[in-house]
Amino acid sequence: MKTIKTCVTALISALLVFSPVAYADKWSDQFPHIKATGDIPGECSYESMSKKDYSGKTLKINTHAVPVMGEPTALHAEQFAKLTGAKVDVTHTPAGDLYAKAMVPFQAGQAPYDIVFGFSNFINDWKRYLEPVPKKYTEMRQMKDVTKSHIGVASWDGVMYQFPVDGDRHYLKYRKDVIDNPKYQKKYKADTGKELRVPRTWKEYGEIASYFNGWDWDGDGEPEYGSAEVMKKDDLMYAAFFSRSVAYSKNPRTPGGFFFDLDTMKPLINNPGFVEALTDWVEATKYVPPGGINFGLGDEIGSFGGGQTLFSFSWDDALIAAMQDDSPIKNKVAAAPLPGADRVWNRMTNRWENQYNQAPYIVWGWAVGVANKSKVKEMAFDYLCFFANDANHQADLAIGRFGVNPFKKSDFDPNIYIDTMGWDPEIAKSYTDTLLEMEEKSKNRVFPLRVPGVFEFTSAVATGTSKALAGQLSPQEALDEVAKEWEAILNRVGKDNVKAAYAVGVAMEDNKL
Amino acid sequence: MNFKHKFVFLFPGLFVLIGILIFPIIFTIRLSFSGWNSYTPEMNFIGITNYIRLFTDDPRFWESFFRLSFLSVTTVILQYIIGFSLALMVWRDIKFKRFFRVMFLIPMMTTPVIMTVIWRTFFHESLGPVNDLLGAFGVGPKWLSDPATAKITVIIVEVWQWTPFMFLLLLAGLLSLPKEPFLAAAIDGASAFRKFVFVTFPLMAPISIGAIIIRLIEASKIMDTVFVLTSGGPGTATETSSFYIYIKGLREFQMGYAATLSFTYLVIMIISLTIIAKVLTKLMIKE
Repeated sequence: MKTIKTCVTALISALLVFSPVAYADKWSDQFPHIKATGDIPGECSYESMSKKDYSGKTLKINTHAVPVMGEPTALHAEQFAKLTGAKVDVTHTPAGDLYAKAMVPFQAGQAPYDIVFGFSNFINDWKRYLEPVPKKYTEMRQMKDVTKSHIGVASWDGVMYQFPVDGDRHYLKYRKDVIDNPKYQKKYKADTGKELRVPRTWKEYGEIASYFNGWDWDGDGEPEYGSAEVMKKDDLMYAAFFSRSVAYSKNPRTPGGFFFDLDTMKPLINNPGFVEALTDWVEATKYVPPGGINFGLGDEIGSFGGGQTLFSFSWDDALIAAMQDDSPIKNKVAAAPLPGADRVWNRMTNRWENQYNQAPYIVWGWAVGVANKSKVKEMAFDYLCFFANDANHQADLAIGRFGVNPFKKSDFDPNIYIDTMGWDPEIAKSYTDTLLEMEEKSKNRVFPLRVPGVFEFTSAVATGTSKALAGQLSPQEALDEVAKEWEAILNRVGKDNVKAAYAVGVAMEDNKL
Repeated sequence: MNFKHKFVFLFPGLFVLIGILIFPIIFTIRLSFSGWNSYTPEMNFIGITNYIRLFTDDPRFWESFFRLSFLSVTTVILQYIIGFSLALMVWRDIKFKRFFRVMFLIPMMTTPVIMTVIWRTFFHESLGPVNDLLGAFGVGPKWLSDPATAKITVIIVEVWQWTPFMFLLLLAGLLSLPKEPFLAAAIDGASAFRKFVFVTFPLMAPISIGAIIIRLIEASKIMDTVFVLTSGGPGTATETSSFYIYIKGLREFQMGYAATLSFTYLVIMIISLTIIAKVLTKLMIKE
């Protein structure tokens, strides 16, 4: 009798213990995309969505071209259609046209798309045409896992308009097999008298990158170079410039604006901090690969991810590309915070402060919203919730070309990358520690500019800085030109309009939201 | 006799003409007097504010216009010279004439954007095959990252893509020339060079002018090559008017101002091309 009782107890225990696995397998059999984790219970899990019936309804989505964001959108649309019976039409649009393709019908009072993908800095222009994310979703467990930074990025003055599906920020990526290599550390010390280490400042970054520029330091028979950066005009280069500027210009002791002085709305873009950053950047043209001045984001990913350079800084994609199974440099790279500076500009005293400064740049990120004129809002939010459910999200994170990057607190567990992606534990820890520090701990963060006419401001930065990189203007002349253009834009848009919007971003940067 | 019914037959054609030609132009003119942009989503009326901004405070547009003029004139001259040479070559009885005629047309039949992506890969300074080959001779031009060389690269791609169009028109012209003047020249003992200068070239002048004008119109809209190859860079070294208008209209969403630029550009092009056509006629066609 005792034996039977023991067997029954063991059987019941086994069922209880292994039921999540059995439950997970049920869905991963049908949807191999989530085979690593199976379905993960939640408000928008596969199980939950399968109980919805949207038969006879059509969901129209405008997203980016494949693969970045376009591929996961289409994949999750197909899964969502299978689970709910909905018909989902996905339109793919090049990045440069995402804004206009949604904005033109928005302004004409139409909603050809129920869901529109774009970038987080569209929020100020788009918010009046988007449906705020309902409380049902903002209060669910899945949303509570999103970092405070990315709740802020997706929201405007406390109201969430964009459903978080991606998280982005700029950080440093470096070749661990070189920087941590005792042979190179010794050689560098002998040749320069300095320590070879992960650069703490942009000056140190430049010195190390110059040293490792133009020779074969990985023994593959090809020369390698110092750094791969996004320098191509208008191809997100303004974000690269701001990444280099934050250390010199985001002074934690001078709250009240990084891009403008919030009180006067005077552009700060040509202050000595920004000029110093642009001077460094012009110097960087000497240690990028040949043609590096024309590198867009794709080139930067290919260059660092393909093992051509020692350093890189931008979004996650280059690191993920380097860590994919087919990469020749898998487990030879690591992440670190953006370099800082040994001095920072104080715009109140108009003097340099000679102390170390570092600031994370929480830049951009894919964003997505539901049109307020959509007739299928509930279905649209369910789709987005399903897109970002835990099982889909973890599977998406492992595929570099998807462009889906961490934005949930649970993403900062190194075991995800060790267990499901085969990362070296030390590298996984460097990655998650870097992101966690930027997202949740730093009090000196800079967020993207999100004001009316934002594209005019960033376009002016791209034009000015690219002139400096090409040698057409000096850094000071280039940024003076940008400041003049910013003044003209402010006058066109209206200083008060820009100020009101900018105050929201400044409150985030000053840790008041 | 009442011919009023003829208007009934004209009406569909007129309707289409108004719909696809007249309406967009009128709409653009109206838009150019508005401040429609991302923060003012309406067709308001702001008078000539946009035009004042263009003529007093936008040197970048005028720089891009002069750059465009240089690029389009240079590319069209090169296309004309190369296209005429190729047409003369296959006009004669040479071996594999048909093969060459088809081969010379291939670049024009490819999709410009796709081909520009391929050219960009060729000219990639660290990963592309061109510098890989030139590296053997110790040369590595900065095809896309030097302001002067980047212009040359744009010219190379444009000439490669559109010379076949010039070749096609000029070959058609050559094939339609009367035989008598050439027979007379042969009887007079004219050399090949004199035949070309005094017979072929003058007879081809009307077709040449037409081909040059058509290509100038097309070249003045150069956009895809610049967009894919250089994004107007480095700096603003390859930024053309149409690319600048694209930036203002679709990247910065300054719809009203972009309409002002477009309309001004249209007027300038109509005037310039009319003058160019008259000058070419005077130079090339002797009465």
